[in-house]
Amino acid sequence: MTDLVEPRPVSTEVDEKDLPPLRPPSADNGLAGVLRRRYLLKLLVRREVISRYQGSLLGLMWSYINPLSQFFIYYFIMGTIFRLHEGIPNFAIHIFSAIVIVHFFAETFGAGTRSIVSNRALVVKMAMPREMFPVATMLVSLYHVGPQLVILLVATTISGWTPDLYGMACLVVAILMIMILGTGLALLFSAANVFFRDVGSSIAIINNVIRFGVPMIYSYEMVATRFGRFEHYYLWNPIADAVLLFQRAFWTGSTDRPTVMPDNLLLWGIGMVGVSLVVLAIGQLVFSRLENKIPERL
Amino acid sequence: MAESIRVEHATKSFTKRYQRTIKQVTVAKLRGHKTIETFNAIDDVSFSVQQGESIGLMGLNGSGKSTLLKMINGVMRPDQGTILTRGRIAGLIATGAGFHKQLSGRENLILNAAILGMSEKETMRKFDSIVDFAGLEDKLDTQVGHYSSGQNARLGFAIAIHVDSDIFLADEVLAVGDKPFKKKCLQRMEEVRDSGRTLFYVSHAAGSVRRMCNRVLVLRDGKLVFDGDVDAGIKFLNYDDEPENVEDRDAEEELGADI
Repeated sequence: MTDLVEPRPVSTEVDEKDLPPLRPPSADNGLAGVLRRRYLLKLLVRREVISRYQGSLLGLMWSYINPLSQFFIYYFIMGTIFRLHEGIPNFAIHIFSAIVIVHFFAETFGAGTRSIVSNRALVVKMAMPREMFPVATMLVSLYHVGPQLVILLVATTISGWTPDLYGMACLVVAILMIMILGTGLALLFSAANVFFRDVGSSIAIINNVIRFGVPMIYSYEMVATRFGRFEHYYLWNPIADAVLLFQRAFWTGSTDRPTVMPDNLLLWGIGMVGVSLVVLAIGQLVFSRLENKIPERL
Repeated sequence: MAESIRVEHATKSFTKRYQRTIKQVTVAKLRGHKTIETFNAIDDVSFSVQQGESIGLMGLNGSGKSTLLKMINGVMRPDQGTILTRGRIAGLIATGAGFHKQLSGRENLILNAAILGMSEKETMRKFDSIVDFAGLEDKLDTQVGHYSSGQNARLGFAIAIHVDSDIFLADEVLAVGDKPFKKKCLQRMEEVRDSGRTLFYVSHAAGSVRRMCNRVLVLRDGKLVFDGDVDAGIKFLNYDDEPENVEDRDAEEELGADI
């Protein structure tokens, strides 16, 4: 019990050179501060994972029920009623690989945006990098991607999937892109959400638009043939690229029928990782500008 | 002597917004009401604290004490001026903030310690000592939601007081907990003071300030209006003309006055 109060010389005649420098007490913030305090980040992620579904019967199952319900709705409505089963080979895998990545983004974006307001008690009172919360939310969402990937792998293997190196590169780039982009947007929106809660409400709309702006319930082939020369503008949507990369990784290899993918898909993906980094930088910049006013507005 | 805290012309202003929706703002503007008001919670405050000094920060409610403490702690930045500190800061501010009701005492202890800046090793090393100080050995695996408010406060307090620091901040902390616990806390704060760390203590209780501190700062409406000797500071605030003489009270009553 006594090892904490180290007996120090009571005299205050200390040489200034031996001491740490005088500096602003709030200096250690920002994403760099988050990386420096990985232990705390780990604990926050664990807390979030444990507590997110505490008190619910199905617990962690809920993070699969949501994408699975979406999957079945799209599968039956689009596949059976709109007859996309005929047009798109292995339509189920086409949809599910898209749902995994879209769900990852939507979770990161949505929960990340709410993260500052919902961790109000810590944000207002504790000196810690507040970027911690959007980053932790992103990692929690990433944690949930794992089991969904397993389901996807099982499904693709059953339908005769042959993995390839290019496809695996696509997978890595897609996940990296959503991690960076999701964190950047979560930073931007979580700070804005403190000032106007309208921001949080608008997330549902944005996520809805995204769901239809990616080749999930329709194929890229349709975009290519029906958009004509505007095809390339479609690829300026990074989420659409991430979905295509995921489909390139899992869906293309699972069918013998020819699948249409944009040219230079991996290059587009890498380019979009660059764009995501810019978004992250902007997010960090805005966040640090607004941060000072956050405690008083919560 | 080495400077521990340097505050130069620090100003922090808060914005009060009376209306939030566009409709409310428009209506208020049309009627000629104020929609925004800014005021300085801390107004051009400057002072310097040497390593090892123990400062009592006093003033009425709303005079800016907690805001100043939050800025020294790094939770807020001043809008103008600078605040510089040396070394690690810890303290009894918002102890137990962010305890998660559904997690056990053990999980909350580990998380809270990490938030306060302890590493994994440091937490493991001090774990038993923290639990011992809080006196919660038998309730460690119970959810914090089932703790009484006193037990909650004791756990938060025990963690905070175990963080190694160069500057120790304390904000009207002794208002919670039962008598034996309060006694233990004040004893621990004296240990902190005597170990040569800088102590920054916010209190309304003249008695405990007299016992703990060797210098008093007084804030009024965000301005620093007194900086100097303890007795003169207490006299300045007129806290001295309480019916009984402070010296005559026993230690426990001194603590009890810290509410």
